[in-house]
Amino acid sequence: MSQRQVLQVFEQYQKARTQFVQTVADLAARPQNTETLQNSGVMSLLRPLLLDAVPTIQQTAALALGRLANYNDDLAEAVVKGDILPQLVYSLAEQNTQRFYKKAAAFVLRAVAKHSPELAQAVVDCGALDALVISLEEFDPGVKEAAAWAIGYIARHNAQLSQAVVDAGVVPLLVLCIQEPEIALKRVAASALSDIAKHSPELAQTVVDTGAIAHLAQMILNPDAKLKRQVFSALSQIAKHSVDVAEMVVEAEIFPAALVCLKDPDEYVQKNVATLIREISKHTPELSQIIVNVGGVAAVIDYLGDSRGNVRLPGIMMLGYVATHSENLAMAVIVSKGVPQLAICLEEEQEDHIKAATAWAFGQIGRHTPEHAKAVAVANVFPKLLNLYLDTESSEDLQVKAKKALKSILQKCTYLPALEPLLYEAPSNILKHIICQFSKVLPHDSKARRLFVTSGGLKKVQEIKAEPGSAIQEYINAINSCYPEEIVRYYSPGYSETLLERIDNYQPV
Amino acid sequence: NMATLEKLYKQVENIKAIAEENRQKENEAAVRIQSWFRGCQVRAYVSLLHKNATSIQKIWHGLTARALFRQRVKTAYFITKMNFYNKMAVKIQQRWRGYYVRKYVHDYYARKRYLEGLTRKNKHIRRDLEEVAELQWKERERITLEKQEKEKNIQAQRLHFLLSTKQCLGVFNLPFRTEPDETELRLRKVRPLLVRSGPFRPALEVQQQRHRPLEPSLHIITSITALEEQYEGLMHTSTPFEQVAYGTKHFREEHKEYLKGKKPFKTVFTTCHVFDKFGRLYSSAGNIV
Repeated sequence: MSQRQVLQVFEQYQKARTQFVQTVADLAARPQNTETLQNSGVMSLLRPLLLDAVPTIQQTAALALGRLANYNDDLAEAVVKGDILPQLVYSLAEQNTQRFYKKAAAFVLRAVAKHSPELAQAVVDCGALDALVISLEEFDPGVKEAAAWAIGYIARHNAQLSQAVVDAGVVPLLVLCIQEPEIALKRVAASALSDIAKHSPELAQTVVDTGAIAHLAQMILNPDAKLKRQVFSALSQIAKHSVDVAEMVVEAEIFPAALVCLKDPDEYVQKNVATLIREISKHTPELSQIIVNVGGVAAVIDYLGDSRGNVRLPGIMMLGYVATHSENLAMAVIVSKGVPQLAICLEEEQEDHIKAATAWAFGQIGRHTPEHAKAVAVANVFPKLLNLYLDTESSEDLQVKAKKALKSILQKCTYLPALEPLLYEAPSNILKHIICQFSKVLPHDSKARRLFVTSGGLKKVQEIKAEPGSAIQEYINAINSCYPEEIVRYYSPGYSETLLERIDNYQPV
Repeated sequence: NMATLEKLYKQVENIKAIAEENRQKENEAAVRIQSWFRGCQVRAYVSLLHKNATSIQKIWHGLTARALFRQRVKTAYFITKMNFYNKMAVKIQQRWRGYYVRKYVHDYYARKRYLEGLTRKNKHIRRDLEEVAELQWKERERITLEKQEKEKNIQAQRLHFLLSTKQCLGVFNLPFRTEPDETELRLRKVRPLLVRSGPFRPALEVQQQRHRPLEPSLHIITSITALEEQYEGLMHTSTPFEQVAYGTKHFREEHKEYLKGKKPFKTVFTTCHVFDKFGRLYSSAGNIV
């Protein structure tokens, strides 16, 4: 055979390989094909192609592998078991590899690491972190983005992996990535920082020490919505761990710029801002005071009015946390028209956990003084809370929270018109508190006594059966002692019978 | 005489006997009287003593009682004074406590002012946020509108040939309409696209083709001496199995010693005219060789 014919054979083989790998990559992009591909043993065929002489085939094979591993975790495990990762890591660390191959290799690492902590640990054990750190120092932004994404997915699962990532020295490079002009790179770097910082206070402190907060704060007013999502998520994951980092986040002067983002059209940006404000206000009264003074409470209440569904949850919790700290702050929440808005939330929302959070928030607002309890009572909240507590379909958590909220507000409530309707429907453990409040208020207020009688409250109180010597009986006695005896007797049950009996015993003159 | 003497002696003895009988009684009576009298004397003496003692004691009691009384007056005065002072101190302390609590512990009016200030601030913030949201919304609307306008203009530029003329009314300016359609007005406004005729390929594609990187086939990449460089002999054979020199490096044997004194061959034939135009005609078919 002549040389040319021999060479032709090799050319055909190369064409066949290229076609195979490109078709497999295209098929792998669609999820319905992956099972068939997996059953045909595509992993074992793609693996040698990774070591192919031709760079295009290598890259396409890596891309195909990445797409397959992305789809489900069996394939990802097959990638790990097939010892493909060390080769990828090696080529990632090499200087000479083309940037497309590095991107594809980082894509494979990301696709494998995203499924479970064990797979991520396998990726780390192959020494992927050092290779990813080297790729983070590359010039090409696409390679940096792919590497940062892979790092973010690795760090997402648990604290040990995050610690391993931090130990590899990734955080300063990520902070440098954030300052790059490409938006996609900024997004991915912010998301990676968020995933690293979320596990523990030490990790958050490490992220803060590299000066990430200032850069993240600068990006708050960027017009790109997805970037803002990640930035606020990162800031809230950092701020949630301790008072010091929360103070540092506040000192970065994110308010009132962050409040503007509460009006962003993208609902996840709004949710993440509300989460950030919640995490900051959770720690101490001083931080909550800062947020209240800057108008954060009003902004959050408007946000609650504009949004629907699950995204309301951080806003509701923020109001609850602010009101918990002191009665000043609870009064600030009331004054900012928070209570009617929360009442609307309680009515509109269907999910149990949101209703439970709203009930808890009411409890925190109303429990401080009678003024607060009155503000909550006037919003007609008690019947709703009672219904939530008594409803058999409510989850346990919701019932417990509704009951606690009712109890804590009722112990301070002296606004009788709101308490009266509850007399009729409340179960005995709630009724005890209601009667207790009546017994405290009635001895001092004659108009209230009159109203109590005319509205039928006294009658209802007489009908309550209580064990003698129990607390509720004492309260009933205290109430009865506010009225002359005839009235008490008049309203006691069975009075008409006793009157009729007197007719039987009467001898006409 | 004797009888009377005896009678007298008997009388005297009677009297003595009677007196003897009464002696005891009389003696007792006398003693009683005397004792009573003595008693009276003593009683009078004792009563005198008593009176004196009482008198002394009276004076003494009076002294001590007055001293006690003076003491009591002093203490009562002292107590009233202290009560008065206490009341005054309470008044002062009330005022002080009220002041202190209102100033340092819980200033009700400061709190009231704070809450009023907070409401005002909230109002401002709400207004500002609304404004910002409005602005952003308007901005977005404006951008979408502009994009739509641009799209419509591009469309009009492409359909410029549908513009109505005096002779022939276009489809957007139909006779039964009172006024021309919006697209017609747009067509009148825009400048037509200068489209070069011909099925031209899009510029991007052409650029890509022009700057397409070299993708040499395997044939080109492998060096011409690849077989010699990479070929490794088989272990079990004895022949070298390399490229044979005859046929690649030379086509016939040369015996240099025979050719020592001889001159090289001269080409004898003349060229054909057929090959005059070789390589100089339009078609490049001949260049392949």
